[in-house]
Amino acid sequence: MLSSYWDSVAVFLGINILMGVSLYIPMTAGLISLGQGGFMAIGAYVCAILTKSDVPFFLALVAGGCAAGIAGLVAGAPALRIRGIYVMILTLGFGEIVRVFFLNFESTGGASGLGGIRPLTELWQVIVACVIAYLMVWRIRHVRLGRAMVAIHEDDLAAEAMGINLTRTKLLSFSLGAIVAGLAGGFYAHQALFIDANQFDFSRSAITFLYVVLGGVSNPLGAIVGAAIVTLLPEFLRVVQDWRMTVFGTMLVLIAVWRPDGLLRAPSLHKS
Amino acid sequence: MTALLHVDGVSRRFGGYLALNNASCEIGEGDIHALIGPNGAGKTTLFNVVSGLLRPTVGKVSFKGRDYTGLKPDRVLTMGIARNFQQVRLVRGLSVVENVMIGAHARINRGILGNAAEFFGFSIAEKAAREKARAMLDFVGMAGKSDLQPDELTLVDQRRLEIARALTSEPQLLLLDEPAAGMNPTELLELSALIKRIRKQGLTVLLVEHHMRLVMSIADFITVLSAGSIIAAGTPAVIQRDPAVISAYLGARE
Repeated sequence: MLSSYWDSVAVFLGINILMGVSLYIPMTAGLISLGQGGFMAIGAYVCAILTKSDVPFFLALVAGGCAAGIAGLVAGAPALRIRGIYVMILTLGFGEIVRVFFLNFESTGGASGLGGIRPLTELWQVIVACVIAYLMVWRIRHVRLGRAMVAIHEDDLAAEAMGINLTRTKLLSFSLGAIVAGLAGGFYAHQALFIDANQFDFSRSAITFLYVVLGGVSNPLGAIVGAAIVTLLPEFLRVVQDWRMTVFGTMLVLIAVWRPDGLLRAPSLHKS
Repeated sequence: MTALLHVDGVSRRFGGYLALNNASCEIGEGDIHALIGPNGAGKTTLFNVVSGLLRPTVGKVSFKGRDYTGLKPDRVLTMGIARNFQQVRLVRGLSVVENVMIGAHARINRGILGNAAEFFGFSIAEKAAREKARAMLDFVGMAGKSDLQPDELTLVDQRRLEIARALTSEPQLLLLDEPAAGMNPTELLELSALIKRIRKQGLTVLLVEHHMRLVMSIADFITVLSAGSIIAAGTPAVIQRDPAVISAYLGARE
């Protein structure tokens, strides 16, 4: 068995992997979100409030995911009209709106945060969720939705002329990603046991972005590898003590120089 | 002969530039209809209007008697008008056969249940789409290349791939924008045979092409555009003798 310290690191790793996957999904359709922290916050608060009212953890997780998914539809709708960096700005704004909302919303603790959450997250649940999320991403790539997403990523004008419904595909990918982020939020709340708005600020969204970019955007395993490196490396670097984050930052820069497309390349296509 | 496509008084303005000026034409069902003219005459603009990528500034387009002006490109494709692109637009990251399968999206309309079946790998429609895509690759003469990446293809094969993708959407009208560009004489013959086979399947073809020998040998009807206006329309024999066309585009024989 893992010690409770590594058990906790493993749970946070799983949560971060889920966050990475949550961003990877819209990114395959060319939608870069800098607001995944906002979806995570919605999932975390909804799930925590529900378990506090004795709703079973599993149901609360699903509800948190769904709430985030609906928020994804709302945030994604205006994103349909814009492209590239403007989507990043819009989602960044969305993440901030969510953070400031929970900061001021007294019913969920407001600025003093929400405490007394029961420790319900177990490592095996997080592992199962990660496996399901990965299988989902892997499967999507091989069905119609995935092909449509890759086509939009390449050239959305041409994709539309090939018969792909941009609205439906973009909203679906955005919302699917948000559901996964909401799920991650639910797990996070019941592991951290105390949540406040600032845990889901821009740096949360930015570091999620880092997972995917570091791991490689063209491979679903990339988000997982990226999340693993960003989560575990600082833990292993504890030996260098105060220089920990400096060494970590240097390594990120070096990776960016040597592997500008991310650590993992596109998977070789299956022959069938 | 009944007209499949009506272009009715279409103008398209880009800022101060009038790319198309009150263009009207009819594409007869089952015809190979060529659209010729100098560069910048508005041929591609007209294609973009017909395929829904551009909204005409004035005028309307109708297909089988139904006005579809302003319809989105994916809906236009579903309606039965498919196209290729002059600058080949393939999806890197998808294999050749998967690129062609995108064309089948328009024809597969599954509910939640069908999508779930597809997700878990039990979809008959998905298998059928793959089979159809392979058949189309055979049809355009690309058998055995389905598992390659688009980057590995020659430009000529990339053009063929776009035609296969367009055909997979089961169109009634196929728009071909300069399919012969960069082809050698043998490939030109194959292309002309392919276009004739496409017509034999009951499709109508609207062709933009600069290769006059190809156009004159396969077209039933030719529309000539110059500086945004239609200056002539008729059979190849008529067009070849039209003085306006000769001075604007074809050039006089010495």
